[in-house]
Amino acid sequence: MLGILSLITYVPLIGVAVILALRFVGKADNPKTVDAAKWIALITTLATLALSVVLTARFDQANPGFQFVESLPWFAGLHYAMAVDGISVLFVLLTAFLMPICILASWKSIETRVLEYLIAFLILETLVIGVFCAMDLVLFYTFFEFGLVPMFLIIGIWGGKRRVYAAFKFFLYTLLGSVLMLAAILAMISVAHTSSIPELMAYKFAPGLQTWLWLAFFASFAVKMPMWPVHTWLPDAHVEAPTAGSVILAGILLKMGGYGFLRFSLPMFPEASAIFTPLVFALSAIAIVYTSLVAFRQTDIKKLIAYSSVAHMGFVTMGIFSGNAIGVQGAIFQMLSHGVISGALFLCVGVVYDRMHTREIAFYGGLVNRMPWYAAVFMLFTMGNVGLPGTSGFVGEIMTMTGAYHASTWTALVAATGVIFSAVYALSLYRRTVFGEMTNPALAAITDLDMREIIIFTPLILSTLYLGLQPGVVFQITQASVDHLVSAYHAFSGA
Amino acid sequence: MLINLALAYPELLLAVSALVLLVAGAFNPKATDVIGAFAVLSLVGAAAISAFGPHGVAFSGSLKADAAAGYAGVAIYLASAAAIPLGGNWFARKGAPAFEFPVLIVLAALGMGMMVSAGDLIALYIGIELQSLALYVLAAMYRDDLRASEAGLKYFVLGALSSGMLLYGSSLIYGFAGSTRFEDIAAAVHQGAHTGVLFGLIFLMCGLAFKVSAAPFHMWTPDVYEGAPTPVVGFFAGAPKLAAMVLFARVLYECFPGAISQWRQILIILGLTSIAVGAFAGLNQSNLKRLWAYSSIANVGYAILGLAAGTAEGVHAMLVFMVLYIVDVTGFFACLTALSRQGKAMETIEDMAGLFKEQPGIALAMTAFSLSALGLPPFSGFFAKYFVFKAAISMGDPMLTGAAIAGLVGSVVAAFYYLRLLRSMWFEAPTSATDKPPVDAKAIAIGAALFTFPVVLGALHLIDIQASLAAAAFGLK
Repeated sequence: MLGILSLITYVPLIGVAVILALRFVGKADNPKTVDAAKWIALITTLATLALSVVLTARFDQANPGFQFVESLPWFAGLHYAMAVDGISVLFVLLTAFLMPICILASWKSIETRVLEYLIAFLILETLVIGVFCAMDLVLFYTFFEFGLVPMFLIIGIWGGKRRVYAAFKFFLYTLLGSVLMLAAILAMISVAHTSSIPELMAYKFAPGLQTWLWLAFFASFAVKMPMWPVHTWLPDAHVEAPTAGSVILAGILLKMGGYGFLRFSLPMFPEASAIFTPLVFALSAIAIVYTSLVAFRQTDIKKLIAYSSVAHMGFVTMGIFSGNAIGVQGAIFQMLSHGVISGALFLCVGVVYDRMHTREIAFYGGLVNRMPWYAAVFMLFTMGNVGLPGTSGFVGEIMTMTGAYHASTWTALVAATGVIFSAVYALSLYRRTVFGEMTNPALAAITDLDMREIIIFTPLILSTLYLGLQPGVVFQITQASVDHLVSAYHAFSGA
Repeated sequence: MLINLALAYPELLLAVSALVLLVAGAFNPKATDVIGAFAVLSLVGAAAISAFGPHGVAFSGSLKADAAAGYAGVAIYLASAAAIPLGGNWFARKGAPAFEFPVLIVLAALGMGMMVSAGDLIALYIGIELQSLALYVLAAMYRDDLRASEAGLKYFVLGALSSGMLLYGSSLIYGFAGSTRFEDIAAAVHQGAHTGVLFGLIFLMCGLAFKVSAAPFHMWTPDVYEGAPTPVVGFFAGAPKLAAMVLFARVLYECFPGAISQWRQILIILGLTSIAVGAFAGLNQSNLKRLWAYSSIANVGYAILGLAAGTAEGVHAMLVFMVLYIVDVTGFFACLTALSRQGKAMETIEDMAGLFKEQPGIALAMTAFSLSALGLPPFSGFFAKYFVFKAAISMGDPMLTGAAIAGLVGSVVAAFYYLRLLRSMWFEAPTSATDKPPVDAKAIAIGAALFTFPVVLGALHLIDIQASLAAAAFGLK
């Protein structure tokens, strides 16, 4: 039986079909065809968003289990199974929320092969939503792995100067992580004789095997997250990707790593998770401090934000493996908040890049004189990135640190210094680009945000503030599932 | 003893039709199309008989018409049938139409049919030789091309060497086991394998490894693939490998089930070496035919790992793998057949620059085949690898599990060259316009691409069940 989840997942493909039909009817580079395709993509993503809102509204917050369950037998004992719980439902919403923004952000900046670009984004949306809904290991792997292809094409076709290098690095890095996960998936299916995720969550793997399985999944999710020291693909991919590609990469694709830890590592391998918690804490603490310092030294705006993403993901892994409700809740919140804020920051970079075609920090300076609205928007998201109370960034950081404090005081202490470092690099970036005298004559004619850009930023601003002031709306949804996850984790791991 | 001819109907049909078509062609050398059409018909007929015909043993055990032979037969005959229009029209476009082409394909298919149903060493050898001789001629058939003649000669000389090894191994086995029938050999080995028999087995395995082009017996593959006419390569990179793999399974499981601990090590080494050679040696290739030769070496390595499991699940995995692989490779070479710029065949990665702009359909098809060969879901190649690696891992044997993980990592290395092809097709600008692709090649390419995704998701139901039945024919756990 298929239901709303399959509908949400495959609606973007309807858009793909319509755009393909357009391509056969009209010429691919005819401006009218291109415009029509853009509108179709926008409407499709908005429809997906509307359906996701319906899904979230109909979601039963008191139920810790899986909801909207769909299951059809596939072949060789596999199932086409979809469902969401409190952990995944908001990621579906986040994906659907960011996609129309990405389409709008590319409205003018993408000029070549627009139809293919839109198709790649719509396919990517299907795959990402599929990852969060899949309830069968092989189905999950299918969505997870194929997501590499559209992103590879987005970076490689529409990217910057070193796009080929970045695309290859992105693909091969992530593929190496994923094939190890595939080996673990095959081992799990052979041992447990089921590929159903809910059944595997209830299955108890032998402790020795758990260690290997945990490591294999860790290889995949740590690359995806990305965690130090396997984060080096991310700055390259971000710098070369077009703006919307960076938004999707930072806003959604990275979250698949954190989601993976919550869906697989903690519930399926609790004993191994408990054993490896110190390792994760150490890597998270290093990520938070080290990449913050690296971010400070960057001369490219996008690279700086990319490194800051790695640092923020360090809070997420720390929160997840703290193993208590407040830490896990904080990690989920941090992922959602980072999805909005980092997406918005990349859009901010895109705004000036579209006008000046450079991302060198030294090129800019004094933008506030010419672009007051832009300065205000950029300020808000910089503050969100720093974690200022009142923005959503604050809630995630304070909760993950509180959670980590219960589990390991030292880790929380080191992570807290990262908050200071994040203020250092974020504020200095803001100062160097926005404040000061406008010394570069090339900037004299730069224009402020136009209507389209204001429309793009408005929902992002509202959600950053709303989540910062009313974080409870998220916790109501995640509460039951997280409590369930944490109590099961403690029961199994003996911690 | 009554001989049940019905069991051999597919082979008889092919033998008779090959001879009749040969005579017809000798009198009407210009009627290539008609002869081709009849050849296709008889192959499709043979496939139908294999699918639904009776099962049993004939000719004192030398011919086994069982589920495995039926399964492989259907795939082989259909793949051969697809090769006829593809290759026949290619030769016609080159101005060298040849009625011998369909006849040789039918003869090769007949040889392969005998291979997959062989029940003793003599039948095994006759099947292999009939198939190989037809393939040698096919490789060298385009006489105007020096490279094709070279490829044919190289294939023949090295093939003869491997046949020698096969024969020597067979004679050792016969000498020490006292019979050429698989059952009798199995009984003799069961009482304790004599060193002489094992010696023979190793020679036999080397000969078969040559036929499936597993490393370190792969040397001929890149040269022959590069030199032989493209549609011919598409044919002999697919079906003959399935036939040889099924024969491999027959020899190992029906003759030497008692020596599994000995041959499993050999298979694991063969498999891993092939995966490593296929992955690393392919990195520097720019000629796509050579590249695909290395890709096929790596893929055979995966199939061999499935065989090494020694379980029904492993055979099942190998059978599914090879059939999905045939579609992949046929489709890919159909793409290469279809493409040319100003009459010059496009064979290198650089030639494919900007293909997506020029020929979006074929570029998409080639993308699908590349990603499938790379083993990326949701393409058929992923499911092929899924079954193989699952079979290898579920054995619980540490060596085989290690081999499976090494194989998976090898696929990441190989990913690099598939990505190079994608890069050329998608990221770069076209250098000059491509010619209009011939309809037949394009149709086969697109059809095969649609099979790799999404048709495969439905077709796997059928292939999975049929392969399980076929694997059960080997009487394993």
